[in-house]
Amino acid sequence: MSTVTASADKRIVEPMADAPMHHIREATPHETDHQHRSPTAIGFWIYLMSDCIIFGSLFATYAVLGYGYAGGPAPADLFEPGFVAVETALLLFSSITFGLAMLRADKRDTCGALVWLAVTAVFGAGFIGMELYEFNHLIHIGAGPDRSAFLSAFFALVGTHGLHVTGGLIWLITLMVQIGMHGLIPANMQRLGTLSMFWHFLDLVWIGVFSFVYLVRLV
Amino acid sequence: MSEHTSRTAQAPAADHSPVGGHSHGTMGQLMIGFGLAAILTIIPFYLVMAEVDMGRTTLIGIIMGLGAVQIIVHLVFFLHVNRGAEEGWTLSASVFSVIILGIVLAGSLWVMHNMNENMMPMHEMDRHIEQMKSLRSQQG
Amino acid sequence: MASEANSPAETFSPIFGRLTLDWIPYHEPILIGTFAGIALGGLILMTLMTYFRLWGPLWSNWVTSVDHKKIGIMYMVLGFVMMVRGFADALMMRAQQAMAAGGAEGYLPPHHYDQVFTAHGVIMIFFVAMPFVTGVMNYVMPLQIGARDVAFPFLNNFSFWMTVAGALLVNVSLFVGEFARVGWLAFPPLSGASYSTGPGMDYYLWALQIAGVGTTLSGINLIATILKMRAPGMKLFDMPIFTWTALVTNVLIVAAFPVLTATLALLTLDRYLGFHFFTNDFGGNAMMYINLIWIWGHPEVYILIIPCFGIISEIVSTFSGKPIFGYRTMVWATACIMVLSFVVWLHHFFTMGSGASVNTFFGITTMIIAVPTGVKIFNWLFTMYKGRVRFELPMLWAVGFLVTFTIGGMTGVMLAIPPVDFQLHNTLFLIAHFHNVIIGGVVFAIYAGVVYWWPKAFGFKLNETWGRRAFWGWFIGFYVAFMPLYALGLMGVTRRMNSYPDAGWQPYFIVAAIGAVIILLGILSTFVCFYVSIRDRKALAVGNDPWDARTLEWATQSPPAPYNFPHDIEVVGREAFWRMKRHGFAWSTDYAPIHMPKGTATGVILSAVAFVFGFAMVWYVWWLAALTFVAMIAIGIGHTFNYNRDYDIPVDEVRRTEAKGALA
Repeated sequence: MSTVTASADKRIVEPMADAPMHHIREATPHETDHQHRSPTAIGFWIYLMSDCIIFGSLFATYAVLGYGYAGGPAPADLFEPGFVAVETALLLFSSITFGLAMLRADKRDTCGALVWLAVTAVFGAGFIGMELYEFNHLIHIGAGPDRSAFLSAFFALVGTHGLHVTGGLIWLITLMVQIGMHGLIPANMQRLGTLSMFWHFLDLVWIGVFSFVYLVRLV
Repeated sequence: MSEHTSRTAQAPAADHSPVGGHSHGTMGQLMIGFGLAAILTIIPFYLVMAEVDMGRTTLIGIIMGLGAVQIIVHLVFFLHVNRGAEEGWTLSASVFSVIILGIVLAGSLWVMHNMNENMMPMHEMDRHIEQMKSLRSQQG
Repeated sequence: MASEANSPAETFSPIFGRLTLDWIPYHEPILIGTFAGIALGGLILMTLMTYFRLWGPLWSNWVTSVDHKKIGIMYMVLGFVMMVRGFADALMMRAQQAMAAGGAEGYLPPHHYDQVFTAHGVIMIFFVAMPFVTGVMNYVMPLQIGARDVAFPFLNNFSFWMTVAGALLVNVSLFVGEFARVGWLAFPPLSGASYSTGPGMDYYLWALQIAGVGTTLSGINLIATILKMRAPGMKLFDMPIFTWTALVTNVLIVAAFPVLTATLALLTLDRYLGFHFFTNDFGGNAMMYINLIWIWGHPEVYILIIPCFGIISEIVSTFSGKPIFGYRTMVWATACIMVLSFVVWLHHFFTMGSGASVNTFFGITTMIIAVPTGVKIFNWLFTMYKGRVRFELPMLWAVGFLVTFTIGGMTGVMLAIPPVDFQLHNTLFLIAHFHNVIIGGVVFAIYAGVVYWWPKAFGFKLNETWGRRAFWGWFIGFYVAFMPLYALGLMGVTRRMNSYPDAGWQPYFIVAAIGAVIILLGILSTFVCFYVSIRDRKALAVGNDPWDARTLEWATQSPPAPYNFPHDIEVVGREAFWRMKRHGFAWSTDYAPIHMPKGTATGVILSAVAFVFGFAMVWYVWWLAALTFVAMIAIGIGHTFNYNRDYDIPVDEVRRTEAKGALA
């Protein structure tokens, strides 16, 4: 207990005349956002990376268990490449329209941004509709997720992606309401930027899905 | 989840875009990305739907390769990942994630493949257990 | 399973799902006693709180606070409370095994014993060790980098309460239903729908999923904090070692926990919707679960130990009066561990049958990962070498850590040799090994951190006498409790045994039980130490820098003001505070208003709803599950409609707060 140094109590209220003051910096408004910009973008990117690893685990499960047909249907019996192509197109278009919305928003064109966001939502909803149709169809013909490990892995991976897109749609509509209420204020611009990352990321994951889950297994 | 603590005093909400220093790209970038993505999507679908006569392994390699290229296209043109964004942290985070994904995918496949080679598959083991059970019940 | 006889019949009603009165264990005296004790204690506490009118302050100053320091302290409280629960389980197991030899059955039936060892493992890892490391990182790291708070303060509050919700779910299983009987990692097919029918396994799944959300979000938050919120001028290689270890740990959390989330979700799909990932039939493969869960599980052990390396680095450096030896090698060693920890997972299941080449690869990577860890040990030794080492309480724990952790690390390298592992797999040798690194590593380092940063958090030191008693209780108790388990493991005694035929093993188990009682004395001393120190806080009061330390957290008041630092700090080089002290620094009195986030109740409300959701899913109360799920989304969306989340602390208040600190 004898090692308490005096230095702790040296912090006095008046600055010492001869102390080098370069350690203590006055906060000035100009410097505010220069070095310490918002951590939201990088924080959200890190979240996306962790989400990416969730998908990675599901891809790994599909890779390992995807041949466990248990005497049930195989990919060639179930997958329609044309159907998947339309789904892919819908998602890619929605990515582009979101990009257009961002460009309008950067130009402070609230109306234009909202229109493109609405188009994005329509494409996204179309994608989800097609996926629900496919799932429903598969379950109907007895190829539900309880049929085999292959179908379990398929439904889990594609379903997780679909849930993400659904979440993205809910977020998109919420944000459209908020932009309608407050306009393109900085807070909303930041949210729009974050959602844009999310949306493009889901399109990116879908590249893995259509290549690895569907196409490769149809070769 | 967009709140953050502004570190310094008197921070008026800065009214410059893009907020957070995250670039939203240009129309040119968007269209180049769209064109590349469309091409990289159409080729693999064509290869499968036209049932092109190629080796199975070659086809799988092409499809996976084009998928990988398209992922990079999306990262560059839509998500604007580059060395400059966020002092390079988005790029580092992406590279690290790719490494981890590679480990998880390749590792799982390698480990599980070797195990399946060496061990009796689960369903066969089940059948053996059933057989043993029925034998035992016949004896008892 | 024999234990099914003890479970109530499966029934289902639309309103209560499968929950019936039969699931309340009123026929089990131990549980009823525990429940009565907790209820009585809770009632007394609530009465006292009402009497002293503490509910309001608790709500506004703590529960809804987004201050990283308060959240850090709450994590530590959660850790200590859950440690008591987990340790009670440990004592029960030690007592059972000390008794149940040579045909004796002991006092715990298998049905109960299996729940106890599962709960012990789950609680100690997820709800003791994790809150401890997260708590220390939360408290210390933002102060060390000169930040005012973390990057996302609301998220921080939410993460904490999600962890609490998970912990509560585990504890509720004690009195409503049962807990899992599957071991802490719940390997299928035992944990699948066919072999674990009751709610116990579902409690496990939902508790871990809910807490896991909190852990992942907290990891993201702390990484963003380190990347974006550092004081001006602080480069990466200027950061204190503890901050480095916090960065690496959170990277591991963000990279590894998603694998756990996915794996548990797949098992949940198996159990709830009849999927076939890990079932014996329909193409499922239980080994895939083991593969996936260890891809998370091995980084997890480094998630626990790496911040502890950071704590020890700070303490060794401070109490040796020297900068840490080999700062750069320390950072690179930590970074190497970060990557290598992802390529060793198979050493947990060498015996699964992947064959010689796979086992060889993972055996070698495991031995390689011991190298950077060894580098760290030598760095600490060289830091102490020729230093003026002061054996205060934190240093005592640090030395206990060094000795014990090194022994545990070496038994780990033994287990990394596949042929040896074939002999020792799932024996008590393994149990002794990982307790050796978790108690000797994590617990000792966390204790070291608690006694080291306590004066910063509260403005007074801990009582030296009781602090030493706590140390010796833990230190001696650990060796007495676990050295016999090494011996038993070498004899081939397997883990998780309810009883055993060979009475020759009993003396070892009795010694181990005595060791557990000595640890109990250490734990009791800890709480006495807290009590005595708080009682004598006036006499134990110290200044801002009681240990003559070197990093920025000691530059501000003890306890720090809500805004941490009255001004931004321009950092030049490493050990910023040491340099500032030598130059005789002082805070300028020319204050400016400070921009801070407001507290919010959304986090705790969301977590409370998540808790009810988990409970409803466990008991198949579908209507409630649907309702709470929609409620969570609605509350989350509602929160985003609030744009007014910050406020400015006016200059006068900053001046008053700083003047008060100067007088203290």
